[in-house]
Amino acid sequence: MNPENYLILAAILFAIAAVGVLVRRNALIAFMCVELMLNSCNLVLAAFAQMRGNLDGQVAAFFVMVVAAAEVVVGLAIVMMIYRTRRSTSVDDANLLKL
Amino acid sequence: MFLLETVQPMAATGSFLYAWLMIAAPLVVAGILLVGGRVTDAWGHLLATLAIWVSFAVAAVIFAEMWSRPVGERVVESHLYEWFSVGSWSFPVGLYVDPLSILFALLITGVGGLIHIYSIGYMAHDPRRRRFFAFLNLFVAAMLILVLADNYLVLFIGWEGVGLASYLLISFWQERPAAAAAGVKAFVMNRVGDIGMTLAIFSMLAMFGSVRFQTVTEGAAQLQPLWATMIGLFLLLGACGKSAQVPLQAWLLDAMEGPTPVSALIHAATMVTAGVYLVVRSHAIFEASPVAQLAVVIVGTVTLLAGAWIGCSKDDIKKVLAGSTMSQIGYMMLAAGIGPAGYAFAIFHLLTHGAFKANMFLGAGSVMHGMNDDVNMRHFGNLSKYMKVTFATFGIGYLAIIGFPFLSGYFSKDHIIEAAFHANAVAGVCALLGAGITAFYMTRLMLMTFFGEERWLAGVHPHESPKVMTIPLIILAVLSIVLGALMNSWIQGWLEPAVGNHPHEVSLIPTPIGWATLIVVALGVLVGWMVFGRRPVPAVAPSSSNPLTVTGRHDLFGDAINDVVAVAPTMGAARGLAHFDKHGLDGAVDATAFAFGGLSKQMRKLQNGYARSYALTMVLGFVGVAVLLILTHLA
Repeated sequence: MNPENYLILAAILFAIAAVGVLVRRNALIAFMCVELMLNSCNLVLAAFAQMRGNLDGQVAAFFVMVVAAAEVVVGLAIVMMIYRTRRSTSVDDANLLKL
Repeated sequence: MFLLETVQPMAATGSFLYAWLMIAAPLVVAGILLVGGRVTDAWGHLLATLAIWVSFAVAAVIFAEMWSRPVGERVVESHLYEWFSVGSWSFPVGLYVDPLSILFALLITGVGGLIHIYSIGYMAHDPRRRRFFAFLNLFVAAMLILVLADNYLVLFIGWEGVGLASYLLISFWQERPAAAAAGVKAFVMNRVGDIGMTLAIFSMLAMFGSVRFQTVTEGAAQLQPLWATMIGLFLLLGACGKSAQVPLQAWLLDAMEGPTPVSALIHAATMVTAGVYLVVRSHAIFEASPVAQLAVVIVGTVTLLAGAWIGCSKDDIKKVLAGSTMSQIGYMMLAAGIGPAGYAFAIFHLLTHGAFKANMFLGAGSVMHGMNDDVNMRHFGNLSKYMKVTFATFGIGYLAIIGFPFLSGYFSKDHIIEAAFHANAVAGVCALLGAGITAFYMTRLMLMTFFGEERWLAGVHPHESPKVMTIPLIILAVLSIVLGALMNSWIQGWLEPAVGNHPHEVSLIPTPIGWATLIVVALGVLVGWMVFGRRPVPAVAPSSSNPLTVTGRHDLFGDAINDVVAVAPTMGAARGLAHFDKHGLDGAVDATAFAFGGLSKQMRKLQNGYARSYALTMVLGFVGVAVLLILTHLA
């Protein structure tokens, strides 16, 4: 099977995720989209590892997973706190960071 | 023009080694009194007086030793220390003790000592008496630096020092706005003269590479005429500032706001004569430039008439004397400008004037002391009955200044008038006229103060001053009588090592010009008596539309001229600059700030707080970078 297909799939997944971040207001959905982007990157890394015949890409993918896990912990905690105070998970409601 | 034979200075020996003591004694005491504070209140004035007499004693000993030396060994230059050196120029500090400077030292410390004694009485009730004496000592020290320096730079230190002391003492009664303003005025006008001094010093450095008197004197003859004229005019500007000569004369009349002993010491006897000293000391420069000499003669002649004019029209006794001082210094300048024939006479008149004018100023102070510090002569009258000593000593000063035969002014002024006639007929006629006017206004002063009916203000009880004030008056009166006769045939020979040998016939029997002077003086006295002696003097100055009177009462409009020539243009320029600053510079700065503010207002709209719009920005940025990378990769 042609490994370039993985890259195309990854690009499609990334684009879907990016559009999801831009159009959905729900913070959890946006989060899932971010995770999807990270995973599309992981797919690219794994594909490159396959194409180049070494393990560098796979090692990098593991790093991404670790960082993503940590990021999810922090991000979900923030979402939880916002939900507690505002009874909403809409990212548009958390708009205090402006002049 | 002929060259002067200059005497080479010798190294200091004997009592000349202690010449620095003259300066050190008053300087140290001034420091003690100023730093010591109230601890020294009780005895500070006595210590200050003692310091001046110590200086006088040193000066007298040096004078005696100089007298006993042969003529060729009378000029002594002692090197004290190296001040600093820049490139090929070095600036040593040294003392130059010659017949000219020792005479000055004797005048300064002698008259200064008498005035110190007088001040003990005059300032007895002043709460700041200690500070007054400290400033007086500072003045004497600075004046001695001025006359004993061996180069123009050290002279300039003394020059500025006396300016500072003069400022401090004119505005000594600082709580009076007029006194504070007068001090500032004197200081600022002296700065104008100082520009001339500094330019002269710079020019000398450029021309001779040194500012030593000896080097300048020897090199002056080889100087290009243009530079000789320039340096001469610069020096003259400096001399005009310090000696209150036209056109920088306006400060002297206001300087009378200071205590009277200050007027006597600084603004009559010593400091204001520094300009004459400067011209005589720089005689080689002026001899190299007839133009500069002529300028000195013109300044002297104009000032002697201007001062006399002011003296005629003032009712303030101190301002009459101030006008008279200007006028007499004008005579000295005239003599100094005439050239070799006049130097000795300029110094001669300077010394006699120092005695009789200090005498009269102190006499005026004594009158004020008895009249509750009133200075308006229209409130005096008939004081000869109540202040016998003051009247007698003032009378002697009066006779001396108008040139009554065989008193000191008779000798010194006649010589100047005579020398002026020989040099320049116009200057001679003006000097002769000035002698007549002097007699007129001094007669007016005498008649209004000591004779006529009593026009006192209510509550005034004139009384004679205490002995501590009258004894200096008596000593100065004696000097006013004898100084002229003592020095008449001696001073030319004595000053020879300093200014060269230029014998000029001096005789006790009046020459034709001498007779003419006597007649003019007698006419002046007569006119004065006819105007002010025969009928009562009004207690309020009668209003007058006579242009001569109006001009004189307004100090010849000196302030108005200064306003038009200097003050108004400066104010205009300052206002223009302020306007430019406010509307030009500030406008540009404000506009820049406003532009950035507006820009920022637009820019901050990007910060809308919506996470999704930030995400869109990031995506667009990412896409942009990616496109760029791909395009460069393809290319």
